[in-house]
Amino acid sequence: MTEFTPLASTAGGMMIGLSAVLLMLWEGRIAGISGIAGRLLPPYLDKAFPSRLAFVIGLVAAPLAMMAVTGAPVVQTVSSNIPLMVAAGLLVGFGSVWGNGCTSGHGVCGLARLSTRSMVATAVFMTVAFITVFVVRHVIGG
Amino acid sequence: MSFLVNLALGLLFGAGLVVSGMSDPAKVLNFLDLAGTWDPSLAFVMGGAVLVAFVGYRLVLSRGRPINAESFHLPTRNDIDLRVTAGPAIFGLGWGLGGFCPGPALTALGLGAAGTLAFVPAMLLGMWAARLLADGGLRSRTA
Repeated sequence: MTEFTPLASTAGGMMIGLSAVLLMLWEGRIAGISGIAGRLLPPYLDKAFPSRLAFVIGLVAAPLAMMAVTGAPVVQTVSSNIPLMVAAGLLVGFGSVWGNGCTSGHGVCGLARLSTRSMVATAVFMTVAFITVFVVRHVIGG
Repeated sequence: MSFLVNLALGLLFGAGLVVSGMSDPAKVLNFLDLAGTWDPSLAFVMGGAVLVAFVGYRLVLSRGRPINAESFHLPTRNDIDLRVTAGPAIFGLGWGLGGFCPGPALTALGLGAAGTLAFVPAMLLGMWAARLLADGGLRSRTA
């Protein structure tokens, strides 16, 4: 069980949306994490590389900065099944870049732009993720 | 300057992921578990983010150009092809297995959980492979 947190989740979501809007205002780009991270990898190298790297450094530093400021730990429960997490990582990385977006690029920015491709992509990844969890927890897990 | 702005926006985005609970795979997997321990919180994350982006994009795009670039770089395609259906299906499978999508996985990196340290390098390898496949091979990209 995890606690239902509608207020914190809405507030956090609005921070994500605000970051996406300000990135569009500053340099006219979509705040898609798979696009930003995927273009940091070789053989990609262009003049936006330092900006993308800075955004990713900010992402990685965020919970550490929050812990330093608030003094409260950031609580997470991550599976310790290493082969499962390696497989999941490969699928998430490949699928998000090959499909031109993930939860942020398609799910937030794309839906906000009313993009048909992003609506289809979001419907597909949500449906497959719901089915995957159902199979893992209720069919295999029993 | 652009480096600092992007650093601040990455911090804001990452803080949003932490505050919203989206950076915790347990919360994501419970959101995806409709038939079990369902936690609807993440619908509120998406709702809040899309609402702000929907309104904000309209205000920003009504300007002629971004502050620090010549023009807006917006996707223009509207066709539904194999990549935009099979890609998200592969992504959704991995998301359902691990509870991480790319943003939260990167945010979790500094917290150092073993599962995260296994997930992130694999994710980057997957991204790299998809880039190569999508771009048609190993050649220097300047675009």
